[in-house]
Amino acid sequence: MSDKNSSPGYEPRIVAFFCTWCTYTAADLAGTSRMTYAPNIRVVRLMCSGRMDPQFVLKAFREGADGILIGGCHPGDCHYQEGNYKALRRVTLLQTMLASMGIEKERLRLEWISASEGDKVQRVTNEMVEQIRKLGPLQLSLPPTLLMAEDTPVAEMEGVVP
Amino acid sequence: MSKPKVGFYWCASCGGCEEAVVDLAEGILPVVEAVDIVFWPVALDFKRSDIEAMADGEITVCFLNGAIRTSEQEEMAELLRQKSQLLIAFGSCAHMGGIPGLANFYTGESIFERVYREVPTVVNPDNVTPQTETQVDGTVLTLPTFRESVRTLDQTVDVDYYLPGCPPPVNLIVGAVTAILEGNLPPKGTVLAPDKALCDECPRKETKPEELAIQEYKRPHQLLIDQEECLLSQGLLCMGPATRSGCEATCINGNMPCTGCLGPTSRVTDYGAKALSAIASSLDAKDEEAILHLMEGIVDPGGTFYRYSLPASLLHRRRPA
Ligand code: SF4
Ligand code: SF4
Ligand code: FES
Repeated sequence: MSDKNSSPGYEPRIVAFFCTWCTYTAADLAGTSRMTYAPNIRVVRLMCSGRMDPQFVLKAFREGADGILIGGCHPGDCHYQEGNYKALRRVTLLQTMLASMGIEKERLRLEWISASEGDKVQRVTNEMVEQIRKLGPLQLSLPPTLLMAEDTPVAEMEGVVP
Repeated sequence: MSKPKVGFYWCASCGGCEEAVVDLAEGILPVVEAVDIVFWPVALDFKRSDIEAMADGEITVCFLNGAIRTSEQEEMAELLRQKSQLLIAFGSCAHMGGIPGLANFYTGESIFERVYREVPTVVNPDNVTPQTETQVDGTVLTLPTFRESVRTLDQTVDVDYYLPGCPPPVNLIVGAVTAILEGNLPPKGTVLAPDKALCDECPRKETKPEELAIQEYKRPHQLLIDQEECLLSQGLLCMGPATRSGCEATCINGNMPCTGCLGPTSRVTDYGAKALSAIASSLDAKDEEAILHLMEGIVDPGGTFYRYSLPASLLHRRRPA
């Protein structure tokens, strides 16, 4: 682990992809019910967890996310029938592939959260922030290019992601 | 009017791309007639000093194959860039890193450690690894520096066009050379191959079901492969849905699944993510246990999905802690 991990000011950055029919609504509910949870999460709303292109995950990591949370409807509840199963297959495969790049599978998490489960959004988000805090920042080793030096932290790179 | 000057060069590559040029067979004759080959170390006796003596931009077009791993390859890429009007990344390694790029799953140091110390067939009692400078009998011998990572050509110098493939198919090479000679080139940065998926030109596409429902992934040696049916629907990891067409489905015609050497179409940033997505969509399983079970058939997902494109991938690898 690098020193940065243990630095007291470290705040994990988590990007969340939430299905609009369930988890996004649940996050809304958590908000209107005044449940508080860790502010480390930035939510992107998708029409369905099946819309989550694996490239979204890789780009988010590349641009500085330390963890990614995907929220979809419970099995059997997807508005598009099978989008959530697709998400499950992609996430499972992605976790194995990320592992071969040295990226811990805990950095990518998939949860089924229905529209009424505001408390689950709260719990999962808090858990994930703690988990990532333990893992520390994701630091990539990218080949140096014309535009960036190998040692430039990903978060400080500009204009390199097409 | 003097003939256009053409150069060929190789960096971290296997020699297959050079073979592809030779494979042009009679097709190469009109080309040889129409151009002056000014540099081609693998076949003709030219030296680096010949290039250094040239004016900037004197070479009309240089085809460079191979990835960039050492300081010497970097220097040659820079030199050839400076002396050439057009620089073409030739083949998967120059285009996306290729097979040598798979080394990027490991750090430079761990590669030396493995190759020069750990491998059971190596006897190295003095623990010697390659040095950039060594004293032998009072003389200093030098070697290029081995960089931390393998790079694509466009991560090293500015590239005008890409000829994809491992090696590039003959018809694409001929097409590119003709376009160059006729001055009929697409916008800079274009991959000189059709911009649609391989399944589109695959002779088996009619047998590819709309909804694939793979029960089990297999490796080619584990089944008797049917010669007509879509390979993916037989449970083989065929990368056709994620790969650019242009090879006339060479591997499929040899009854082997596509491994993705032509890379992605222009709409895809990360080839591995696209390939993964295509494979994930073809699975039948709906619960985690069944999915995990199915995935045991995919022995090395990283190496399978990024076989030719790890250095060009978005994440590449985690920095060692
Ligand atoms: S998946 Fe492979 S075998 Fe099937 S149609 Fe596509 S390229 Fe052809
Ligand atoms: S079938 Fe796939 S691996 Fe084979 S030559 Fe064509 S693109 Fe390359
Ligand atoms: S609609 Fe919610 S996961 Fe598909």
